Amino acid sequence: MRVALFVTCLADTLAPEAGAAVVRVLERLGHEVEFRREQTCCGQMHLNTGYRREARQLAARFVRVFANADVVVAPSASCVGTVRELYPALVAGDPALEREFEALASRLFELSEFLVGRLGVEDVGAAFPHRVTYHPTCHSLRVLRVGDAPYRLLRAVRGLDLVELPDASECCGFGGTFAVKNAETSAAILTDKVRRVLETGAEVCTATDSSCLIQIGGALSRLRSGVRTAHLAEILAAA
Amino acid sequence: MSGGFPAAARDALRDTQLRHNLGVATRTIRDKRAQVVAERPDWEELREAGRALKQRVLRHLDEYLIQFERAVEAAGGSVHWARDADEAGRVVTQLVEATGAREVVKVKSLTTDEIQLNDTLETAGIGVVETDLAELICQLAGEQPSHILVPAIHKNRVEIRDLFRRELDLPDLSDEPSELAGAARAHLRKKFLEARVAISGANFGVAETGTLCVVESEGNGRFCTTLPRTLITVLGIEKLVPEPEDLEVFLQLLPRSSTGERMNPYTSLWTGVTPGDGPQEFHVVLVDNGRTDVLADEVGRQTLACIRCSACLNVCPVYSRTGGHAYGSIYPGPIGAILTPQLRGVEHASSLPYASTLCGACYEVCPVKIDIPQVLVHLRSRVVDEASPPLGERAAMRALAWTLAHERRYERAQRAARVLASPFAHDGLITRLPGLGAWTDTRDLRRVPRQTFREWWESR
Repeated sequence: MRVALFVTCLADTLAPEAGAAVVRVLERLGHEVEFRREQTCCGQMHLNTGYRREARQLAARFVRVFANADVVVAPSASCVGTVRELYPALVAGDPALEREFEALASRLFELSEFLVGRLGVEDVGAAFPHRVTYHPTCHSLRVLRVGDAPYRLLRAVRGLDLVELPDASECCGFGGTFAVKNAETSAAILTDKVRRVLETGAEVCTATDSSCLIQIGGALSRLRSGVRTAHLAEILAAA
Repeated sequence: MSGGFPAAARDALRDTQLRHNLGVATRTIRDKRAQVVAERPDWEELREAGRALKQRVLRHLDEYLIQFERAVEAAGGSVHWARDADEAGRVVTQLVEATGAREVVKVKSLTTDEIQLNDTLETAGIGVVETDLAELICQLAGEQPSHILVPAIHKNRVEIRDLFRRELDLPDLSDEPSELAGAARAHLRKKFLEARVAISGANFGVAETGTLCVVESEGNGRFCTTLPRTLITVLGIEKLVPEPEDLEVFLQLLPRSSTGERMNPYTSLWTGVTPGDGPQEFHVVLVDNGRTDVLADEVGRQTLACIRCSACLNVCPVYSRTGGHAYGSIYPGPIGAILTPQLRGVEHASSLPYASTLCGACYEVCPVKIDIPQVLVHLRSRVVDEASPPLGERAAMRALAWTLAHERRYERAQRAARVLASPFAHDGLITRLPGLGAWTDTRDLRRVPRQTFREWWESR
């Protein structure tokens, strides 16, 4: 299958290893990956901060960049959720754009839902001999509802010791611009998440979203906790 | 709210007693709720029924209100309409003054708190006695309730003992819960027996029959709605349901969502006046106070479906750390973050729609399926369009959108970010970044990687 990668502006700039890992996983499974250089951002930050007009322009751009792709895969539940759940209201009123969006929406996937749900693959041939805990990000859990897809993928990784994260479904406190606008509340929420991660005794905390991992990883680093974060794709790419 | 939510939250976050109480209480109620909701295989159907009923009421609110007014009057009650808090306060004050009473007893009611009725009555020289135990505690302490359902969630029993010792003149009182409840009971029984006028809110008003419904745990509400000669019920105009049968849906949704109980201990229903039994004079004051403005907003109007269960508070990562006072309104938590800006105007509460991570936990538990994250995002766009976003934010967001509108500009910005941030990186970490102190005060940031993904892709 020819897969267009939507790497997301965040991973492109701040977590390129997550994007590279998606490429490696998909190629290992025999798929052809293409990268459309015209892509920038889905507009989530603008939309969620209230800048609807700017978000609409970025949404139009996103839809046109990927309009003729067979399938689009992104290493972010949050960005895919924005497109799938929030674009309909955003593109409404522009019939051409609405049509293009509708055609695209069903061909856009977050990585774990693509692998498990669309391809029916759980064992991607990865080996990662570490103790790992998985944080289900809010948007993977409650917007995309990826269910147990990430757990299935992680359980099939050779050597990986998956430990359950207590209170897993609780938010990490990132929330995009919330982390800056309400920095102190964000830190209070994050502290509880980090406490739970440390309780597991894991070496690595993983998730489907680089944004949440930057938040969690930022505190793990500040605390000199000796625990690191890695995007789910990075673990699946390891061999 | 000067400084808005972030500043108010900062103080709350430092209060260790508050943090502890909130953590324990919200977790307990959250777990109880999850348990009793899981018992119902038809929970999703119930939620959908609740949502659909409330939608219907809001769609035909004008007709249901008139129907309700006629039904109340036919049953011997009187209906008064109040456009805003001032008018509602005037109407209630006049009704109390007409009875000659100098003190009233009250059933726990958010709507009367919203219109600050106690202040209005006290200004007119009328004493007010809150009879819900937690509301009484807040009243004696001179504090605002901090939770819709558990108004004194921010206080522990030692604080309550000290308060009762002082305010109820009981110097030897212990902090045993049964003794504290006994002290409140003795105080309140006397008030119930003396009271000639009671003021209540109501959870539901039935349009077809004019019946009012109050749901409570303590039975103090029922004392108020049965003992005094005059009963005045203050009702937000959105609180109607079409028919008595519809209560079946809400009386299942509400207790499970709010207290995590299969059924609440006391459900009082009354219709007009019954000669020789209960209050002989009955008034309903229908309060708008911004609700028709909410109704005019196509996205925001679903907020009016709220049945005040408070499930969204208990699951909210923000509320469960900051508590209710930070929201600067009687309606805290996620529902307050969308209701208050709509009732007051977004320009008067512009930080509230941002007091959420958009984690979606509130939407998941809402018994009437209010899409709170959707309304939050909608209200944020109203803040940007109608009010004033923080200085510089608009310019920065526009500049960023311009940059992201073309890949060449975007790529140049990526390179610039790397160059500009590099002086602040030490051993691969940025621990302090000018302008992003809000981030780096508590978390590290990795050095901006040497290669963007697209550079890596080009170099493969």
